[in-house]
Amino acid sequence: MSDQDETPVLEITGLRLSYYTRAGEIPAVMDFDLKIAKGESVGLVGESGCGKSTVANGIMRYMGNNGGIVGGTIKFKGRDMADMSEEEVRRLRGKDIAMIYQEPMASLNPSLTIGQQLMEVPMNHEGASEEEAHQRSFDMLSAVHIPDPQRLMDSYPHQVSGGQQQRVVIAMALLSKPALLLLDEPTTALDVTVEAGIVELIAELSKETGTSLLYISHNLGLMLEVCDRICVMYSGEVVEEGHIDSIFSWPTHPYTHGLFGCIPLPHADKNARPLTAIKGQLPLPHQRPKGCYFGPRCEFFEAGTCDQDQIPMAAVHTDDDPAHRVRCARWDVIDPKSFVPEETVKREVIPVGETVLEVKDMRKYYEVKDSSLAALFSGGEAKQVKANESISFRAGEGETVAIVGESGCGKSTFAKVLMGLETATEGEVNLSGTNLGEIAVGDRTAEQLASLQMVFQNPNDTLNPSHSIGYQIGRVIKRFGIESDPAKIQELVFKLLDTVKLPRAFATRKPRQLSGGQKQRIGIARAFAGNPKTVIADEPISALDVSVAAAVTELLMEIQREHRTTLLFISHDLSAVRYLADRVVVMYLGQIMERGATDEVFSPPYHPYTEALLSAVPIADPEVQKRRIVLEGNLPSPLNPPKGCPFSTRCPRKIGAICDDEVPPVQFAGDRHAIACHIDMEELRKVEPVITIPDRDMDAAD
Amino acid sequence: MTDTTNNAPIAKPDSMLVTIFKSVALLRESPVGIIGGLIVLMFVFLAIFAPIVAPYDPNAPMVPFAFPGSEAPDGGTFWFGTDQLGRDILSRIIWGGQRVLFYATLATVSAYIVGILMGLAAGYFRGYLDEIISFFANVILSFPIMVLYVLIIANLGASGVNIIFAVVFASSPGIMRIVRGVTMDIATRDYIAAAQTRGEGPWYIMLVEILPNARGPLIVDFCLRMGYTTITIGALGFLGLGLPPPDPDWGGMITQTRSFVTGGFPYMAIFPACAVSLLVLGFNLLADGLREVSLRD
Repeated sequence: MSDQDETPVLEITGLRLSYYTRAGEIPAVMDFDLKIAKGESVGLVGESGCGKSTVANGIMRYMGNNGGIVGGTIKFKGRDMADMSEEEVRRLRGKDIAMIYQEPMASLNPSLTIGQQLMEVPMNHEGASEEEAHQRSFDMLSAVHIPDPQRLMDSYPHQVSGGQQQRVVIAMALLSKPALLLLDEPTTALDVTVEAGIVELIAELSKETGTSLLYISHNLGLMLEVCDRICVMYSGEVVEEGHIDSIFSWPTHPYTHGLFGCIPLPHADKNARPLTAIKGQLPLPHQRPKGCYFGPRCEFFEAGTCDQDQIPMAAVHTDDDPAHRVRCARWDVIDPKSFVPEETVKREVIPVGETVLEVKDMRKYYEVKDSSLAALFSGGEAKQVKANESISFRAGEGETVAIVGESGCGKSTFAKVLMGLETATEGEVNLSGTNLGEIAVGDRTAEQLASLQMVFQNPNDTLNPSHSIGYQIGRVIKRFGIESDPAKIQELVFKLLDTVKLPRAFATRKPRQLSGGQKQRIGIARAFAGNPKTVIADEPISALDVSVAAAVTELLMEIQREHRTTLLFISHDLSAVRYLADRVVVMYLGQIMERGATDEVFSPPYHPYTEALLSAVPIADPEVQKRRIVLEGNLPSPLNPPKGCPFSTRCPRKIGAICDDEVPPVQFAGDRHAIACHIDMEELRKVEPVITIPDRDMDAAD
Repeated sequence: MTDTTNNAPIAKPDSMLVTIFKSVALLRESPVGIIGGLIVLMFVFLAIFAPIVAPYDPNAPMVPFAFPGSEAPDGGTFWFGTDQLGRDILSRIIWGGQRVLFYATLATVSAYIVGILMGLAAGYFRGYLDEIISFFANVILSFPIMVLYVLIIANLGASGVNIIFAVVFASSPGIMRIVRGVTMDIATRDYIAAAQTRGEGPWYIMLVEILPNARGPLIVDFCLRMGYTTITIGALGFLGLGLPPPDPDWGGMITQTRSFVTGGFPYMAIFPACAVSLLVLGFNLLADGLREVSLRD
């Protein structure tokens, strides 16, 4: 590192950042060192609350009203930013250091056209003329692969899709040719296929322009695709840093290793190789333990060694990577790979029972009222949004069926129809022989209600903030007539809390006293309180951190296994789906594109959309080979869907006019493996697998 | 994980009183709120203990036109002086405060009950019900509020019950609008869907699931509205449409002594006017403080 002749773009030494609150000073980041060379991309990875965004804000010297830089230096191109005047720092921001945030809509001004906002950058920072600014904005939009730059420049932000917005934000950041680009979870708010495009763009641009990147994300798989080096953060400290290959091949800190254990990698399997969640939870900043902050959660904790002084970074694996360092007192003694948690026992495969849920040709159309005067006079028909079109599938007792698709594909509408929050326009939804499709929730019997329950997506929204946990679970028990005596209800509430592995004392707590993962566990307890036959889980883990998500996933499957419940798992996360589903239904624009057993769907023949989805999912394993397919264009509007195959506008394997004009036939590749596509089945069978998993250590750990 | 399951002691839930006390205790972080709260508390204290605190019978004629601070026949002091009929102004203000607070509270609470029920129904059921309720609310809100009061009281007669009715009629549309907005937002939350999917009836959902979560903006608005109602009762009294005499009423006191203000006895009207202003100021400051505290985390 020392023999570099040019000064690094960014050099941070001993940085300490704090927030000031009612409770006093809260250190958010401690002893943070980082050096980014020209053209290098460094990843900052960690769970929420570990201080990674605070680092980015600290670099921008923008800590808000209640934050401050307590110690350490940040040198930008060799100059200490603390010595710069307010004016100089202000000029640096946006020109030499640009930042891209998670929510693209929030980064763009809704009342200016995209062109005006882009042109501002060269005009303000470099005093460029209007023509020059226009030309440069135009060129930059082309560089970020926007198909029709002129049209886009005349549009307002709300008129373009989220993926396009994020491309505009990236273009805006790059217009001033910054030396350093900070990206704070730039793709978290986007769909996977869109994310794949953005990630590829970022990687490509940083190579072309020589811009250094600091990429902040919680997703290890994305890091692998973008970064040269990564820093793993935990509770305000870097616990491990090094070259990306080195970290992925030899994760040395028990936390880093634990993170990998929580991710459903392709070789994980819910029966043979279940996920291993990290026990406990992130300590609050004012409750950090002495010594190693990860100590209480670590399987290799040794009193006397790990709970003494602050632990320094130590160089490890120096033969392969001179920059690989780890903050662990016992790294030379322990071997995280040898650790097998007691819960990692092989589980038996549960046999699938009789069909519990059968959906036949279900359709749900919404009418869009056009209340304009013009529509009133022309007397045209009301437009319809076809949210669900001919949905058919079966799910057996104890089976897990995943419904996969990107936002807007109709999977949440489908869940609403099942729950009775909406009624089906046509078709049947048979649950244990009763057609529930047209019975609204208010007209269902207590038994029907109890047999079909739901786990919701957003942990902060799933529980009523005004009532105690005990009341909310107890109310379900009372409503479904399982028990009416208060003492017995109390007893059942305690049992349910035991089931979801939470202390009984939580019964008297209010939701705001619980963490996201705990709230989600309560949501699961509530759904299972009435002994349901079928549970719909609508993205139950997408809002959770990886280690928490792993624990919640395992819990959900454990309870399902015990009750032999049919689980409908709605998700956009194909890694999670591959891991836990028995069968998969792939939806696009309200229609089923492919359905079949998980193995069938994840290997050829694929529907071209499934193929693209699989390729888009980042996998945190450098040995997995992936074929790259990046989809062009956007999801068509459901108000005006393509006449033929819904995927025809973006399909890389489109065969011709037939795709645009005719609804594709459903072809059967196996007994219950159906693909809706015009391409001949023989052709589809010839497609190579998207993901190739090497055969290594599959048996080593068994 | 399992080892932590059962050994934790089960804490008793806070009683209602403790919860309220805790929320009030938060006010200590807002000096403005504390001042407002103290002013309101002072009036409440005076109202409750009026028979003990008030030095004289508010309706007993003693020495007419006595200046503030002059000596009373029984050796005491008329701190605020006496009016043209010789009644002690301080005692009348204390007793008048009792009536003002009583009617303002009753009227505002009634307006809240009506406004909340209409707002919940409009926001939860939406559709035609919402359009009908909102239409009538807009019609009422489009009238100048004082004209509305005068029309109602002039037609129905001046009495406590009619004042309450007038306040309910004029303020509930505003309350309904706030509740409707909050309800529409909360109705989209997952916990409402969860309640629906366990078969809860609409009124349970509105009153138990939605209303408690709407309390934040409502508590602030309640304090503000208590202030408005106090002004209204004062203004109606001034117009001669307030609580019937001879019992003291702040607005009435001002109107009865109005002609003496320019004749060298301004204190007769100034003291009751100050009382109205001070109480309204107290409510407004308290509302400000509550808002400030609730906006912070």
